[in-house]
Amino acid sequence: MSTQYLRPSSLRHRETHYCPGCGHGILHRIVSEVIDELDIRRTTAAVAPVGCAVVAYNYWNFDCSEAAHGRALAVATGIKRVSPDLCVFTYQGDGDLASIGLAETVHAANRGERLTCIFVNNACYGMTGGQMAPTSLIGQKTATTPCGRTPDTGEGWPLKISDLLAQLPGVCFVARCALSSPKEIQDTARQIKTAFQHQLDKRGFSLVEVLSPCPTIWQKNPVEAMAWIDTEMKKVFPPGILKTP
Amino acid sequence: MAKIKINTDQCKGCRLCIHFCPVHHLRISEEMNNKGVLYACTDPHTRCIGCGYCYLVCPESCIEVHLLEPSETKKTHT
Ligand SMILES: Cc1ncc(C[n+]2csc(CCOP(=O)(O)OP(=O)(O)O)c2C)c(N)n1
Ligand code: SF4
Ligand code: SF4
Ligand code: SF4
Repeated sequence: MSTQYLRPSSLRHRETHYCPGCGHGILHRIVSEVIDELDIRRTTAAVAPVGCAVVAYNYWNFDCSEAAHGRALAVATGIKRVSPDLCVFTYQGDGDLASIGLAETVHAANRGERLTCIFVNNACYGMTGGQMAPTSLIGQKTATTPCGRTPDTGEGWPLKISDLLAQLPGVCFVARCALSSPKEIQDTARQIKTAFQHQLDKRGFSLVEVLSPCPTIWQKNPVEAMAWIDTEMKKVFPPGILKTP
Repeated sequence: MAKIKINTDQCKGCRLCIHFCPVHHLRISEEMNNKGVLYACTDPHTRCIGCGYCYLVCPESCIEVHLLEPSETKKTHT
């Protein structure tokens, strides 16, 4: 019997604390698989965010650190500068990366740090109960926008942080993908592998934004949540390669 | 032909694998697992084609897909 699809060895045999149908679980598996494929498990260091993925280090079978809310790229900068041969990446939600950590994000990218950032866009703050995130869609009902996000009343527009970061000269690779179907999940794995490869080739800062389902906060079942990515999120955040060397 | 193995006690019953299986080889169980969840299980009336979609979408990574050698395929159908 030959095995075709098997749990990657960079992913520990442990049940996750995520809600049923949550994208974090799928993305943890993708990242682990890419690290196995590149054979860099012993030379990788991850920085976990504050958010639902705060204990990502419980699931990954490689070195991980935790950072204060939003500061993952600052911590990663320190790790990379001390150990330039490590493959260092951050794994951050939209609240972590694009709200509280905006300064750390923009400056790490602008310094062209040789880091990879995996940016999980689920259009809300999951962990704290579904408040509006900078990436929430116009009209999206959240705990802090009960009538739907309205730019006219001072709630702003969905922040396309990946598009902004792609403008910076220190950034070498930016891609946006989704977890809404098996095909796109495979494509996400390909983009993450490319982003890591650019870091290993010392090309600069790389970022992969991943549109990820949060069925609990979106108040949808997991299958409907996947469909919502396709019908609503992609209109605002179209997948594709935004920058490549 | 292929065969899948589900770690049913780890399954959270999200049904993504059931939704995405192109040949309807997966269904929801009638009994609960030890978490109190109706879990994904295989349907003996259909055959797995080994596409791996269930593995790819499973947030708990609790599905394995094994390709069968032609000799093993025969065995499963006698
Ligand atoms: C300094 C600080 N401020 C606020 C919080 C509360 N807090 C915890 S997680 C979170 C938002 C997380 O949202 P996101 O980054 O989108 O991740 P998700 O939970 O959606 O995966 C906030 C505001 C905190 N832990 N620390
Ligand atoms: S709240 Fe959302 S992001 Fe957090 S674990 Fe649940 S589904 Fe996942
Ligand atoms: S491998 Fe493909 S055919 Fe087999 S159970 Fe999974 S989704 Fe269905
Ligand atoms: S995708 Fe995984 S967790 Fe969800 S029902 Fe299928 S086996 Fe269970």
